[in-house]
Amino acid sequence: MDELIRGFQAANPGVRVKHVHFPYADYRSKISTAMAAGQAPDIVQLYYGWLGDFQRANILAPLPAAMFPAARIESEFFPMVQAMKREGQYWGLPTAVRSLCVFYNSRLMRAAGLDPARPPATLDEMVEAAKAMTRRDGSGNITQVGIGAGMDGQDQHWWREVLVRQFGGTPYSADGTQVTYTQPEGQAAFAWYMGLYTDHRVTARQFMDEPQAAFRAQRAGMIVDGNFRIGALERTRGLEWVVAPLPAHRNVRSNYGSYWVNGLTRQSSGAKAEAAARFMAFITTPEAMQVWLRVTGELPARSAAANTPENTNSPVYGPFVAGLREAVATDFVDESAQRQIMIDAQNRVLLERQPPEQSLRVAAEAEQRLFGQHRRA
Amino acid sequence: MTAMHEADRATAPPPLSGLTVEQKRVAWAWAFLAVPILFYVVIRFWPTLDAFWLSLHAWNLLGERRFIGFENFARLMEDRVFWQVFRNTFLYLIIGTPVSIVLSFLVAYHLDRVRFMHGFIRALYFLPFLTTAAAMAWVWRWFYQPVPIGVINNLIADLGLPQIAFLQSTTNALPAILATAIWHGLGFQVVIFLAGLRAIPETYYEAARVDGVGNGTILTRITLPLLKPTVVFLVVFSSIAFLRIFDQVFNMTTNDPGGPLNSTKPLVLLIYETAFRSYELGYAAAQTVVLFLVLLVISLLQLRLLRDR
Repeated sequence: MDELIRGFQAANPGVRVKHVHFPYADYRSKISTAMAAGQAPDIVQLYYGWLGDFQRANILAPLPAAMFPAARIESEFFPMVQAMKREGQYWGLPTAVRSLCVFYNSRLMRAAGLDPARPPATLDEMVEAAKAMTRRDGSGNITQVGIGAGMDGQDQHWWREVLVRQFGGTPYSADGTQVTYTQPEGQAAFAWYMGLYTDHRVTARQFMDEPQAAFRAQRAGMIVDGNFRIGALERTRGLEWVVAPLPAHRNVRSNYGSYWVNGLTRQSSGAKAEAAARFMAFITTPEAMQVWLRVTGELPARSAAANTPENTNSPVYGPFVAGLREAVATDFVDESAQRQIMIDAQNRVLLERQPPEQSLRVAAEAEQRLFGQHRRA
Repeated sequence: MTAMHEADRATAPPPLSGLTVEQKRVAWAWAFLAVPILFYVVIRFWPTLDAFWLSLHAWNLLGERRFIGFENFARLMEDRVFWQVFRNTFLYLIIGTPVSIVLSFLVAYHLDRVRFMHGFIRALYFLPFLTTAAAMAWVWRWFYQPVPIGVINNLIADLGLPQIAFLQSTTNALPAILATAIWHGLGFQVVIFLAGLRAIPETYYEAARVDGVGNGTILTRITLPLLKPTVVFLVVFSSIAFLRIFDQVFNMTTNDPGGPLNSTKPLVLLIYETAFRSYELGYAAAQTVVLFLVLLVISLLQLRLLRDR
């Protein structure tokens, strides 16, 4: 961000941008107290799932339509960015976006007789590969998992936006008010996912505490994770890995996208608001996105900037960039509560031996109640 | 008139001079006390009162508070997670307090008779109390892991026995975390008990021995009754600590806080999540009010039941 600010200030003499970090935990309280005191920043960055809260609290101003026409945003940015459109206007734009892929441990693949150059292309092949890489000790305790899994990690997104759709269902109704994953297709997707634990036994709950820990310790053949994990894996010595797109099922592909978004606050007016909008336009240019990718490893939010030959041919970033096209950003009302509901759905099956179908129904009821509470708020 | 006033002022005594020595001391005491009182009013009492007021509102940290009366409390009453958390909190209390008091008394009682390396052993017991709760929780979390990384389960598996699900079980997780919390506070309780034991005059024991009284009788008739103030202090102190348990639970279950299936979640963790993960500040304040009332009632009850007649 500091590099972008230097570039902007050089191109716009007379405008000074001050960059302030807030710790994640205090983010909301700082912004709202600053807003109340009239000391709020002109531009804020927020998690896309918080947009509704910030918008209802009257903190954000819509992006000026003359500078950011909706039609151009929709043709130039990845489709998941359309979640930032409310009441016919855009309320924020991201610089960078994220998607999911599968990371495979090449060494474990070779040891199991698999070819890292040809990773599984379908869910069925994925299960077979996971079986080949699972190891047990003499008493049957799992000592190496074929796939590191857990709804407490990225699997909640993989299940919700990818598996449910691949089995022919939808997680929520189009207007986002109804939970629809308990229809037979969603049930089939959940049964398939839980089958990794209970039928194929290629994974274990909280194996080595968390999937990425098991993967980094070379005790997991594969994990589903986001491009934000690349840095940590690159820093892990001795780990050989490849990235592959999420496996298809019945020829359906999907992905989950998430991002932090830049928004303009209602605080500024006149020349200051104009300068803020110009800075906003600057940090969402293709050039700014390239800088961002180079420095942080996060993917460009514009499809043209993401789909450069350099990016799409990269063995590491290529599959993530490809995933952005079909990526859906879940319209969360309370991300952590909705995550907890999926963790509990998984735990009821694994720890209380509840049939997956019943467990998922309980989850859907809880999530529907949550929707009700948030509509009232 | 004016002249008189001026004369008065000329001979006016310095401030406080009309007071007695006793009154001056009181005035000075208040002058010094005013600083901490002001501090407490601003930092403690005002936020506490504000929390009571906030519990009647809906607020997501952004924008305006919306007054909703007792709706938050009505929601609490029918919130199944809240009641489970309420039950967990009491389990921490009613298992944790007696077990830790009995354990620490046993250790202190025997340690009191050990002369060989007494100071060293006492320091060993005190060591966990000096350790950061979070750091200790992570070490125990590692102990409790299943094969292939868990220390305890690796030992068990080497013996060819089936693994024990510690944190991976809705029934075992709470006692497993409680064990960590008890271990953490044990050293402090042992030291307090040792001080209590040392405060009992040796002459009582000598008199008892001259009369030929057995060890068991000495324990039940002399040691325990005279330790009562120590026990009262420790019961109240540890009860409050167990009712407010957070560090161990949070750090041992970070990837599913208070889990699995809320089986280890204490009230404080629920409050934290409601406030700073779901951003329902009003609802969290209502939960805080309940916690406050529970702490108040239990502390008053204990003081009443255990006080000297």
